Amino acid sequence: MSSKAEIRPLPKTRTPGAAFGFGSKWTRSIKETARNAWKWRLSYLFIAPFYLMFLSFILIPIVAGVLLGFTYFNAIQFPTWVGWMNYQNLFSQDIIFLQHVVPNSFKFALFVGPIGYIASFLLAWLIAQLPGLLRTWFALAIYAPSLTAGIAMTVVWQVMFTGDRTGYLNSFLLKWGLIEKPVLFTQSSEFLMTIMIIVSIWSSMGIGFLAILAGILNVDKQMYEAGRIDGISSRLQEIWYITIPLMKPQMMFAAIMSIVYTLKAGAIGTQLSGSNPTPNYAGQLMINHIEDYGFIRYELGYASAISVVLLVVCYALSRFFGYLFAPKEGE
Amino acid sequence: MRGLDNRMMQRLYGKRKEWMLAVRRFDRTQQAIVLFLALLSVFMLLPIVYVFNHAFKPLHELFLFPPTFIVQDPTFQNFIELLALTQDTVVPATRYLFNSIVVTFLATAGMVATGALCAYALSKHPFPGAKLVMGSIITSLLFAPETIAIPRYVVVQSLGIMNTYWGHVLPMIAMPVGVFLIKQFIDQVPNEMIEAAKIDGTTEFGIFLRIVVPMVTPAIATITILAFQNAWGNAETSTLFMQEDAMKTLPFYMGTLTSNLANAVARQGAAAAGALIMFLPQLIIFLLSQRKVIATMAHSGIK
Repeated sequence: MSSKAEIRPLPKTRTPGAAFGFGSKWTRSIKETARNAWKWRLSYLFIAPFYLMFLSFILIPIVAGVLLGFTYFNAIQFPTWVGWMNYQNLFSQDIIFLQHVVPNSFKFALFVGPIGYIASFLLAWLIAQLPGLLRTWFALAIYAPSLTAGIAMTVVWQVMFTGDRTGYLNSFLLKWGLIEKPVLFTQSSEFLMTIMIIVSIWSSMGIGFLAILAGILNVDKQMYEAGRIDGISSRLQEIWYITIPLMKPQMMFAAIMSIVYTLKAGAIGTQLSGSNPTPNYAGQLMINHIEDYGFIRYELGYASAISVVLLVVCYALSRFFGYLFAPKEGE
Repeated sequence: MRGLDNRMMQRLYGKRKEWMLAVRRFDRTQQAIVLFLALLSVFMLLPIVYVFNHAFKPLHELFLFPPTFIVQDPTFQNFIELLALTQDTVVPATRYLFNSIVVTFLATAGMVATGALCAYALSKHPFPGAKLVMGSIITSLLFAPETIAIPRYVVVQSLGIMNTYWGHVLPMIAMPVGVFLIKQFIDQVPNEMIEAAKIDGTTEFGIFLRIVVPMVTPAIATITILAFQNAWGNAETSTLFMQEDAMKTLPFYMGTLTSNLANAVARQGAAAAGALIMFLPQLIIFLLSQRKVIATMAHSGIK
């Protein structure tokens, strides 16, 4: 607020004329808009049921979240305005955030995001090379793990990585003499991150993967023939010059789904280790940090500020992909 | 009748022949691809096969050393244990299951009905503000509900729908990816058809119900699945918006079963049985409609 003090006088000097000019224009355009809106009343009625839900459970929460980020709020008393303080604390005093959460999130996102995305594309491409029935089966096998994403599958991972010798991984490693005594995989700060990444990549081939597969299958076969005449000699060139440019919109959709998935998948750390914060903060990601402050410590304002940082990062990433997959001129 | 059988046999045989020929026609690269994907899909499916086996293991097999992968003598003991676990408390597991079924059904039906209606208007009615509405929906694809859990909690609280089925259902209806996918599909319906129906005197709602909906069944099937997956596996609404145990759903109950499992192994069998109950409906529904899903995803592009 205070930083805007020096620009405040400017609008004041302009106001009278502008207000006059706009005023008459406004009343006219309001009438016109109202008449126009009345003409389309049925369309508004059609979108109303969904959009009301959308407004109340997505759009308003996003706006409210941004506002809450500037407050101190403990869910009991009315929020009090604290300006940028939450953000200042986050970036200068929250040692756990700076030392563990940021590097962890970066590492996790770097592996699960790009690797999952590229793997989705390569697998979809390989599957698209096969005839009908085989294609369906492999697509199903790759997609099925994403159906399990969520709380239910935790039991599998916990048993696989159990810390005593009845765990599958421990038993296997013991049998082959690779370790001498069982390792507490989900409780150790060395292994937790690796396990989180493997499990997340395993279940990452969701609707983004299906979109890519459908996109590849949709590319007109004649394009490849035309490409061959134009001198494309290898499959790699085909992918780069024909397949990807023709399915940019699907790639974009998959990219957004991949960002959202990576963000959600972070919660797996607390599920695996059974505690928030995770042991030694080894698997602490942004999403766990938000939960920690929001629903364990009830510092909702501070937690909202962290959410806003996360949203901004996601938005920046999506702009980057938008730039990457924007249709070029003449396409 | 015999003619029909014959024709079918011929078709089946023809398919098989075609299939054999296709396999024989595989070149080296395709053979390598098949081998690689076969190995990979075994790896991908391993944990799922494991859940199936684990859920049917009797107690003495659950804690064997060395652990076995395949069940030796399958029983339903774990499922019975899962249901019996909470029988003597206030909220039996069947209540969670009942809540889950009610919530999933209402949320899926609500999402599909409101989403399709909204998508139709967005796609075919150039009303003022349509671009803005669509823009807001596309942008919000990005924001996972997890990041806005806190303000959502405040909204649900102030609407006074905590501890009611509305508190589960209404937030789940707000699934922007559903509207987005149907809208992309309705864009393919030719405007001429709608114009023709209008001239015939069909009402807007009639056009939607009798022309648009039948033409976009693949997209409807797809978002039915997505909405179902979203609702069936969703523990968020139970954790955040429900304080009464009697209103919580199965995924939440699963969470309580597994949360103390990290290094203790008690109730492992019941948890595996629960995981199977959570997973099976999703798999069956996907299997039934996978063709339609892939057809829809071709139109999923964001331009």
